[in-house]
Amino acid sequence: MFRYLVRRTLWAALLFIVITFVTFVIFYVGPNNPARAVCGGEQAKRECIVRATAKLGLDQPMPVQYEKFLRRLVFHGDLGESFATSQSVNQRIREAAPVTASLVFGGAVLWMMIGLTVGIFSALKPRSLTDRAAMVFVLIGVSAHPIWIGLIFEYVFGVKLGWTPIANYANFFGAPADSGQPGGPWQWFYHLILPWCTFALLFAALYVRMIRANVMETLNEDYVRTARAKGAPEGQVLRSHVLRNALLPVVTMLGMDIGIALGGAIFTETVYQLPGLGQTAIIGINNQDLAIVQGVIVFATVAIIVFNLLVDLLYAWIDPRIRLT
Amino acid sequence: MALLEVKDLRTSFRTEDGVVRAVEGVNFSVEKGQTLGIVGESGCGKSVTCLTIMGLNPKRNTLTGGEALWKGNDLLAMKPSELRAVRGDEISMIFQDPMTSLNPVHTIGRQLIEAVLLHRDVTKRVARSRALELLKAVGIPRAETRIDDYPHQFSGGMRQRVMIAMALINDPDLLIADEPTTALDVTTQAQILALMKTLQEDFGSAIIMITHDLGVVAEVADDVLVMYAANVVEQAEVHDLFHRPQHPYTWGLMGSLPRLETDVERLTQIPGQPPSLLRPPNGCRFHPRCPYVMEVCKTTVPELLPTQRDPDHLQKCHLDEETKERESAKLLAATMVEAR
Repeated sequence: MFRYLVRRTLWAALLFIVITFVTFVIFYVGPNNPARAVCGGEQAKRECIVRATAKLGLDQPMPVQYEKFLRRLVFHGDLGESFATSQSVNQRIREAAPVTASLVFGGAVLWMMIGLTVGIFSALKPRSLTDRAAMVFVLIGVSAHPIWIGLIFEYVFGVKLGWTPIANYANFFGAPADSGQPGGPWQWFYHLILPWCTFALLFAALYVRMIRANVMETLNEDYVRTARAKGAPEGQVLRSHVLRNALLPVVTMLGMDIGIALGGAIFTETVYQLPGLGQTAIIGINNQDLAIVQGVIVFATVAIIVFNLLVDLLYAWIDPRIRLT
Repeated sequence: MALLEVKDLRTSFRTEDGVVRAVEGVNFSVEKGQTLGIVGESGCGKSVTCLTIMGLNPKRNTLTGGEALWKGNDLLAMKPSELRAVRGDEISMIFQDPMTSLNPVHTIGRQLIEAVLLHRDVTKRVARSRALELLKAVGIPRAETRIDDYPHQFSGGMRQRVMIAMALINDPDLLIADEPTTALDVTTQAQILALMKTLQEDFGSAIIMITHDLGVVAEVADDVLVMYAANVVEQAEVHDLFHRPQHPYTWGLMGSLPRLETDVERLTQIPGQPPSLLRPPNGCRFHPRCPYVMEVCKTTVPELLPTQRDPDHLQKCHLDEETKERESAKLLAATMVEAR
């Protein structure tokens, strides 16, 4: 177990270095000049560019810049300052991460609720009307792009019906007193309903299909027949013998999909103008702001690594056949 | 009254290709403390017969007919809750593959305790001590610690012992064993059979032993049912079956049994394959593979009738009694069969 953790941590460190380095390289290989962007793009004055280049350290060779970046991050936990706004990147991510976390975890709760109820019900009554309706839902969910779904939802529920706000985020813990913005748990929930639905639809569809297949397969297992032969009522067979086994792979999938979902969140954040990590990254890319982009990537990488590790530990805990070595 | 009396049992499955008649009119009875052997090739309906009695076939596409009287009550007509009360308590079952028949995510202790608690109003502690008692009875070494192990920590033979412990934990009147030794290696097979015999004496349960192995039948059964393509083709007391087999299919099975006493170059085999139950052949189901086939066999289904010498020995063949006696005597001489 200890050896497993050490090995996982070493792999994580290697992965981390590779990802940040690749980001650096891509940024420098591309036709970017952040200093020009800072000074106002095409009309930038020459001396401004020179000053900005020196200030941002862009005159130094790329490996030196990378080393500086790494040193600052590892020893001080500091991601530096935004090229464009001089705002602390740490600060920016501290603001954006809760928005994305709200979206992703809220969405995950929603898609698991849909996936479990519809998936299990479909598996128990295969070929029934409900099952067929669920499969149509799956087809739509898998085929439609989140941006399209987002715009449709916005138009129908926000504009036509006026049930929900069509954009913006409300802080769960209340907005700053003088900002005049909405805040508090209810507003948070109210503003996130549509983003959650949009975000969860694709995954809900995938999970309905996966849970349905797993449950149907497990229902045919010999040990389920054994449980019935013991005289166990159907509910107990389902709870204690079918679901426990059928949902094991779902836990793994969930761990991996949370990472993929972080990427998918960009679309939803764009449609609903949520100031999350995805939107931050897009603004950073548009401004050729390496510090911001790198900051988002570092944060997302660490989050995904930690999350996958947690899922693996969880999996070993719920499946007695797996021993981490 | 017989413990279990099965009358004209019929099971068919609706499939995409049509209706498969897996069991067609099976009759038998099991007396208290007796062992009934059901023999036949794969797919002949022996397992389905027992799953039907237990109500364990998938409900969606199964059609069932006939009666299975358990102490006078028809199992096939029972409400699900009544049937559940019988399953695992009065009738219990062991399956073919011990590797997949135990739930991998629960300890064997938990699965044994569950079996007790489903039918007995006792505390968990009492159930656990009962589970421990049974694990010791079936010969699990260090049962006190192993009770908290998971199935994957046991070998196949040990898992089958656990399955037997689970089946016997509520002192059933009837134990249905569906090829309990097929998935095990030969030495383990012998151990499990010996164990089942001892436990039958201790617990006094009746047993239905489903197998494709005549050797196993000779070892444990009192009465034998030979099934072929969803039908019973011969039914007799075990000694009688081995000494005076009356059906060409039974002869074929016996001819393909290896024996230590005789020195044959090659074991004989029954030519061909069992028929598809979707479109079974006309007349006698066995006629395409039968070396004694006559014209009548191809058109008319023979009835399951008693032999002249013994009203309890039933057989389903058009051949005349004289030929059967001659052929079975010939077979006997050739193999010097010594049942029991």
